[in-house]
Amino acid sequence: MLSKDQIAQRIAQELQNNWYVNLGIGIPTLIANHVPTDVNVVFQSENGILGMGPFPFEGEEDADLINAGKQTITAMPGAVIFDSATSFAMIRGQHINLTVLGAMEVSDQGDIANWKIPGRMVKGMGGAMDLVASAENIIVAMMHSNKRGQSKLLRQCSLPLTGVKCVKKVVTNLAVLDITDKGFKLLERAPGVTVEEIEKATAGRLIVEGDIPEMEL
Amino acid sequence: MDKRVANAKAACEGIESNMTLMLGGFGLCGIPENCITELVKKNVNGLTCISNNAGVDEFGLGLLLQKKQIKKMISSYVGENDEFERQMLSGELEVDLIPQGSLAARCYAGGAGMPAFFTPAGFGTEVGEGKEVRWFNGKPHLLESALTADFAIVKAWKGDRFGNLIYKGTARNFNPMMAMAGRITIAEVEELVEPGELDPNFIHTPGIFVQRIFQGKDYEKRIEQRTIRQRES
Repeated sequence: MLSKDQIAQRIAQELQNNWYVNLGIGIPTLIANHVPTDVNVVFQSENGILGMGPFPFEGEEDADLINAGKQTITAMPGAVIFDSATSFAMIRGQHINLTVLGAMEVSDQGDIANWKIPGRMVKGMGGAMDLVASAENIIVAMMHSNKRGQSKLLRQCSLPLTGVKCVKKVVTNLAVLDITDKGFKLLERAPGVTVEEIEKATAGRLIVEGDIPEMEL
Repeated sequence: MDKRVANAKAACEGIESNMTLMLGGFGLCGIPENCITELVKKNVNGLTCISNNAGVDEFGLGLLLQKKQIKKMISSYVGENDEFERQMLSGELEVDLIPQGSLAARCYAGGAGMPAFFTPAGFGTEVGEGKEVRWFNGKPHLLESALTADFAIVKAWKGDRFGNLIYKGTARNFNPMMAMAGRITIAEVEELVEPGELDPNFIHTPGIFVQRIFQGKDYEKRIEQRTIRQRES
């Protein structure tokens, strides 16, 4: 079973040279720590920066330089700052190559829910609805089950949706899965996790074809 | 031309209860701290506030929420404010949550004289309920309307008495679009300079969008999430 950091590490393997990448809050943020040394990517944060760098050294924090998670950041050489309308022009106009975000639920048709639990929790969608509606390449990074042990990979989402038929790939603590017309297609297992365990933890339709390799981290 | 006013009190002249206000900022970054303090003092209520976030409990728009001065919030993300969540779940506060990119575009449209536009964001979700859907390039899109406000209140780094503004870092965020969309736009700046001192090539908000400007004071610039990395020894 993977830790959250290992989920990020596995997704980092998907990064390709010269991609512009938007990382959501939570597990996706950790991906920046695992970019392969031979891959050059530029991180976008939707509050208005391309070329987001690592956290600042202590004493060098700047209140006027944050990411969409409201964390203090730095700007890489060649970075650029812009307003929110321009930022979402990049997103809506499909100029971003990869979007990674967290989710509360994902359906086996690629629907995603991550902004609201009716009557209990309302944080808002932030930029997630714009991102999922437009991005061509969306990976969800999340735990396979919620804190109550219920599967987050469902036939249908039960929570209010963020977007429909948009997620392409899911990486969890148990598995890597593609979303196909016929449901979740199991691609890789986390080290030490069996296909049976993944089947048991997946409520949506799961396609298992042939031998499923273990992930390499 | 001289759009200077003395201070936040003079800038907020004419803001009354039940008005619609736009307030720039993302989280606590780039918020008009001086005018928010003035609105608390002024004790106007029943406000509709359009702002990406709602501050935190003790700062930013959270100060207006604590005093129940806000009737309705139009935002995209409000997760940092417990009092907000409490007022919303109890029904005391009316809330319109809209996708962040649509919020930015709706403010821009309001300022740019475009009454509406189509966007894919929110199709198939609660956000799309009751909205006109049209298909372009094989994809469904929602019709979204422009937003304007009685007053837009923005925060910039530098400005001159013509109202020209330059922002610093990611404190820019929603400020430029909101500056465009206010019937009266107030700009508070860290440094008010003489016309000509700002390079015309690098002005972010042209002064035509701004009606009142003043140099703010005592900026706290609170950091919401102070994240740092360790120096390698």
